Amino acid sequence: MTDRKIRIATTSLAGCFGCHMSFLDIDEQLVQLNERIEFNRSPLTDIKHCGPSDIGLIEGGVCNADNVRVLREFRANCKILIAVGACAITGGVPAMRNYFDLRECLEEVYLHGAGVTNPQIPDDVELPLLLDKVYPIQEVVPVDYFLPGCPPPADAFLAILLPLLNGEASPQVADRRFYYD
Amino acid sequence: MTETKDMIFIDGKAIGFMEGQTIMDAALSAQVYIPHLCHYPGLTPSGNCRLCVVEADGRKVAACTTAAREGQQISNNTAELNAARKAITQMLFVEGNHICPSCEKSGNCKLQAMGYYLSMLEEHYPQFNPHRALDASHPDIFLDRGRCILCGLCVRASHDVDKKNVFAIAGRGADARLIVNTVSGKLGDSNLDVSDLAANICPVGAIMFKEHGYVTPIGERIYDRQQISDVALNEHVREERR
Repeated sequence: MTDRKIRIATTSLAGCFGCHMSFLDIDEQLVQLNERIEFNRSPLTDIKHCGPSDIGLIEGGVCNADNVRVLREFRANCKILIAVGACAITGGVPAMRNYFDLRECLEEVYLHGAGVTNPQIPDDVELPLLLDKVYPIQEVVPVDYFLPGCPPPADAFLAILLPLLNGEASPQVADRRFYYD
Repeated sequence: MTETKDMIFIDGKAIGFMEGQTIMDAALSAQVYIPHLCHYPGLTPSGNCRLCVVEADGRKVAACTTAAREGQQISNNTAELNAARKAITQMLFVEGNHICPSCEKSGNCKLQAMGYYLSMLEEHYPQFNPHRALDASHPDIFLDRGRCILCGLCVRASHDVDKKNVFAIAGRGADARLIVNTVSGKLGDSNLDVSDLAANICPVGAIMFKEHGYVTPIGERIYDRQQISDVALNEHVREERR
């Protein structure tokens, strides 16, 4: 991993983009990092499909059919896949719907919820189908590394990325860097 | 400290013990940490979380329920045992509904702290997503069984210390669940009080006080500042009762 820039792809599935914000929070070190990396598909580039990349960062869990498609595209194209943040790793806050049936959730939100007018459950073909549960990404595809936290602190991104950029196989990140909350 | 005659050896370190002490008792009196969740010094040990698994003279036993015996050679802080403990912790996580970012117990939670201590980065096993009843009938205390790890601390605290017998574990295996000993089964019909040990001893976010959310901000809580391996060395029921 030397001559060409390391290609990184990122996405947010059922996430809040908080992990992406935390990644950007490495501030001026992003400039240094930028000399060594280039972004492929990412909310930062607006590239729509993931091309062959070295590292994929996945934020958010898997809540619908489109998340599954995107996640599989990342796995197929990224040599190293990293689950970033509580939602990717456990389903996180969106997974709180797992304690209810999907139909219950839809009816509560679109039929019986407070302030609902013209009650109907959306069924446009353009809308991705919701899964029965929100799943951690490692229940859908194999994942190489996990970066816990809600969100992981900015320097945790560097702690895992820099060794990978240097071609080290298994970055050891200091434990106390992580909190699950 | 009373005179000690007998010795056990934990990871090679000689530790004195008194007749009747368990391996856990002896370890804690010597300020040696053996990971545990369902044990709390001062309460009768129950040996149900299995995190305190140690190898005593070649056999894997629960340190909290195994008597210390003269000359015992005990392995505790080894890669193999810690890997087993991590797997147990991961199973506890997937078995319940443990969503740290939205839980008020976050930072004060021993299950979470155990995850930190054992460098647990992910849950590994598929989640159960159980549907378990929530009980908000008590004016000051609510019970979320989704976060209960069935450690039985509240059961023992209520029975042994508070003398109220508010809680019990019903069912076995996958059907095991925390129940309330009232005709209605509701916490609101019990005489549980916020000052009871049973209401304060829950290691996770299953028994929590109402109207006290985020009094201590995230980041300033017990396990935000200290490792569980340090905190656990100074815990005893008599401290809680002061």
